[in-house]
Amino acid sequence: MNFEFSEDQNLLREQARGFLADNCPTTVVRKVLNAETGHDADLWRKVVDMGWTATAIPEEFGGLGLGYLELCVIAEELGRAVAPIPFSSSVYLATEALLLAGSQAQKEKWLPKLAAGEVIGTFAMAEGAGRTTAKSIKTRVSGGRITGTKVPVPDAAVAGIAVVLAGHNGGDGGTLCLVELGQGTSVTPVRTVDPSRGHAELRLDGAACEILGREGEGFTLTQTILDRAAVLFAWEQVGGSEAALEQARAYALGRYAFGRPIASYQAIKHKLANMYVKNTLARSNCYYGAWALNANAPELRVAAATARVSATQAYYFASKENIQTHGGMGYTWEFDCQFYYRRAKLLSVAIGSEALWQDRLITAIEQNTAA
Amino acid sequence: MDFSDSPKEAAFRAEAKAWLASNVPSAAELDGLDPLTAAKLWQKRKYDAGWACITWPKEFGGRGASAIEQVIWNQEESKFQGLPGGVFSIGQGMAAPTLMTWANDEAKARFIPKLASGEEIWCQLFSEPAGGSDLAALRTRAVKDGDEWVINGQKIWTSGAHYSDWAILVVRTDPSVPKHKGLTYFYINMKSPGVEVKPIKQISGEAHFNEVYFTDVRVPDSQRLGAVGQGWQVSLTTLMNERASIGAGGSAVGFDSVFKLAQKVEIDDRPAIENASVRAKLADWYCQESGLRYTAYRTLTALSRGAIPGPENSIGKLVGAPKTQDMASFAMDLLEQAGAIRDESLSEEMALYQNTYLSIPGLRIAGGTDEIMANIIAERVLGLPQDVRVDKGIPFSEVPTGGAK
Repeated sequence: MNFEFSEDQNLLREQARGFLADNCPTTVVRKVLNAETGHDADLWRKVVDMGWTATAIPEEFGGLGLGYLELCVIAEELGRAVAPIPFSSSVYLATEALLLAGSQAQKEKWLPKLAAGEVIGTFAMAEGAGRTTAKSIKTRVSGGRITGTKVPVPDAAVAGIAVVLAGHNGGDGGTLCLVELGQGTSVTPVRTVDPSRGHAELRLDGAACEILGREGEGFTLTQTILDRAAVLFAWEQVGGSEAALEQARAYALGRYAFGRPIASYQAIKHKLANMYVKNTLARSNCYYGAWALNANAPELRVAAATARVSATQAYYFASKENIQTHGGMGYTWEFDCQFYYRRAKLLSVAIGSEALWQDRLITAIEQNTAA
Repeated sequence: MDFSDSPKEAAFRAEAKAWLASNVPSAAELDGLDPLTAAKLWQKRKYDAGWACITWPKEFGGRGASAIEQVIWNQEESKFQGLPGGVFSIGQGMAAPTLMTWANDEAKARFIPKLASGEEIWCQLFSEPAGGSDLAALRTRAVKDGDEWVINGQKIWTSGAHYSDWAILVVRTDPSVPKHKGLTYFYINMKSPGVEVKPIKQISGEAHFNEVYFTDVRVPDSQRLGAVGQGWQVSLTTLMNERASIGAGGSAVGFDSVFKLAQKVEIDDRPAIENASVRAKLADWYCQESGLRYTAYRTLTALSRGAIPGPENSIGKLVGAPKTQDMASFAMDLLEQAGAIRDESLSEEMALYQNTYLSIPGLRIAGGTDEIMANIIAERVLGLPQDVRVDKGIPFSEVPTGGAK
């Protein structure tokens, strides 16, 4: 039994944590939040220079060819730092979509650019409220042209390419398209609960596109893309959740009420113990998810959903109870508690809600037991 | 990261598997034996072949196996359904580690091998009517009389006292000092004159626990573990092991059983498993079980690299017991009005859910309540301060009691 990260991976974690402590203190998050610029271009450049965008891309496509365990380590640290950069859109979603479904030519064209941070990618699925299904989807592709409106699309304002899920009249009801943003596309920023991560409405008015994978396979491919991304999102969530617990702990130890630290009252102690328990279960599920992702194991579907559900719940709990532990100050703009609370919800709906992933988990287990 | 055995672990597993395959008692062999006799038969067979308490040193009847090998053994042994056991867990899991740490060589040689072989069964005399979560508030007195101590008082919640041969015991030897400082630790023969065992009927109708009364029970000073007044420190050795061993138990009510039930019973003429709220609840429980499983894997990895199990292991019991309770309750809801039936010939799974519903409240209390476990995590994992203690530094005899004596 060896259920632990390697020494090299732990070294990478230390390095990433130190780098983000220096280059992404919460003042950086606050700056983006105040200015509503959507991301911090300076931090993004530095992260690209560190090679993180190239982590899991094979060397033949200009990447570092490291594994997904390394990417999970980076994801956790970015989550801990509440980093205001388009990393998840470009790396967990667009890059993974190309790796999974791209033709050799598409990979050769785009992966080196994504690895080098010359191009930012994103993934456009939602078309307003509700789950995206073959019936609900209105975007259509025909003769290499795509038309429709996607909202919200993360990081659309800074993305050079978008992987877009369009509807299709046959197959599984969907087709994935690769769209270069520019001609025939327009981007209008939308406000979200977490302005430290930019989102927009993406209008496609007969924009030129290439099919990714085959027509009528879009939903099936999307499920795999989401399973893979879910593990990485879950690691970000666990990182953020742990940071929220650390913040609550530090505040409770320093804040006195009725002559003693509030951390000595059982109401607070049990609240923090509860955060620790949820974080620990989520982290352990994320370990399993990381293993399944890295090994491309058949268990990935169950492992990803398990990691995703427990990390979503842990982060929501830790971020709201962190505010509660701080009392009134926790609710002010001035304090940092808001970053975790905003990001927790943003991440929890980013690739499908808690309820959606609970359902996916049970569906995966049903399929396994029927097989 | 991988889950496969190392070559050494694989060899150990093969050896364990082979021995079990040819030595597990058959149903015919156990037929007609009372549970205690059956448990002793299987334990002795393991002991004679060197497969009992395998992590213990060879001189005490073990085989000096590693923590990982213990897990491998447990996995292989648990593949055989219905093996007798259970009665040895307190002696082997709590008394033995305490004896190994605190007893003299003579006592170790006399008692520990018989704990391994199952020839002698031990129980734990700690909790009292006035000392549960606040164990150090216990009141059973021991007074020195020559080379002996004379014990008077009462213990409670003692599992297996009615069939135990020996017991570990903590008592008050000095009420004039603060509570933790006036305790002393002994082991005693349960057949000593003046020891009286009375069963406690639980809400499930069973009686696993007992009250144990002491009337002028005489214990030789040679059966003291640690110094006079050092009883609290000795108790901590026992309690650490209690939490480790209680946390390890699984339950028949879990995701697999309730998932199957939800596939079988219907809600509005459709399988209950198709209902969104049923799916959401099952998913959450699956995530908890999975989280505990992989937390244990992380702990095992640390153990195999030489780490010592720490207070973070409290999580197993803190999550597991309330989960089992909620799942039993939920399973009964799925059965609607029939959920009330606790008749093994009529109920689903021979009344598994109803029986669990009635027995599980005890598991949330035994070996440290949920609230105590949360305190352990808060204080010893997160490093938060202890509660203010109004009895701190005060002679035990002057501590307010709310009327208890």
